[in-house]
Amino acid sequence: MHERKDVVSSPCQPAANKPQLTLRFKIDEKDFLIAGESASKTKKALQQLGLKQEIVKNIAIIVYEAAMNIVIHSNHGEIKIIIAPNQVVVLSEDVGEGIPDIELAMKEGYSTAPNEVREMGFGAGMGLPNIKQCSNELDIKTTVGLGTTLRATIYLNPADTKQVETGTMYV
Amino acid sequence: MNLGQLAHLLNFEILTGDINLEKVIKGGYVSDLLSDVIANAEEDSVWITVQRHINILGVAKLKDIVGIIIPRNLHVENEIIEKAKTEGIAILRDSRSSFEIAGLVYNSLTRD
Ligand SMILES: Nc1ncnc2c1ncn2[C@@H]1O[C@H](COP(=O)(O)OP(=O)(O)OP(=O)(O)O)[C@@H](O)[C@H]1O
Ligand SMILES: [Mg+2]
Repeated sequence: MHERKDVVSSPCQPAANKPQLTLRFKIDEKDFLIAGESASKTKKALQQLGLKQEIVKNIAIIVYEAAMNIVIHSNHGEIKIIIAPNQVVVLSEDVGEGIPDIELAMKEGYSTAPNEVREMGFGAGMGLPNIKQCSNELDIKTTVGLGTTLRATIYLNPADTKQVETGTMYV
Repeated sequence: MNLGQLAHLLNFEILTGDINLEKVIKGGYVSDLLSDVIANAEEDSVWITVQRHINILGVAKLKDIVGIIIPRNLHVENEIIEKAKTEGIAILRDSRSSFEIAGLVYNSLTRD
């Protein structure tokens, strides 16, 4: 087992009075544990920031499903969780085949997952619908043959996020 | 009703020792599709599934599921049991089918 040092939680380019914290997870192909680990670390970090339980859960689900999609459907990628006082953005970027028909991919039940992962219970075709359900905005950009960028935004009530400015987290 | 009481009442085999036995169970979900569980299972519930690979622990943790119940006495690898203990997820097992287990758990929780 290789050491994972990919979780960086640091204040990241605070643009004009807008403190931001970014968590970062490298996602490798066939790494079936990374989704759970990333989601669980995200949960911990956001709980430490004092975000509302329901929002923490939704963001963890987005991270899990996005990471699983990178593992199953692309070559490799990275997920960033960018936390600002007014919103959290989950940005998932991968190198891979891309999605030929996004509208179809968004349909509940549509899946191109291979048989060996279906046997494990993946491939219900519910991951993207779950992400949509858990976010306020969802934007997917993809280039067939190159890869996919998924951007899910969750709005925050500024009163919930005073601690974002402190910039110290232990994940 | 807590997990220990439920396991005792329905005679479930407990594979993970003391883990979560004191936790109060609020509901249950039956599914072998992971994203379906992610979408629909409730926190503090038990999850009945035939899936026994390590990823079920990630899903259970994500959803704050208290315990996983494996039907038909299906084999669970030691590695999974050990990992479940460190992750704080209980694994229980029973000889009956998912259908029967779900019915029994449902009755026990609604009568409680
Ligand atoms: N990052 C990605 N790269 C390429 N294709 C993708 C990516 N994410 C999703 N897809 C395509 O969109 C389909 C639907 O994705 P979705 O997450 O909803 O379901 P799934 O991954 O197949 O199954 P589930 O998430 O329920 O386990 C996938 O089967 C795949 O064809
Ligand atoms: Mg998916």
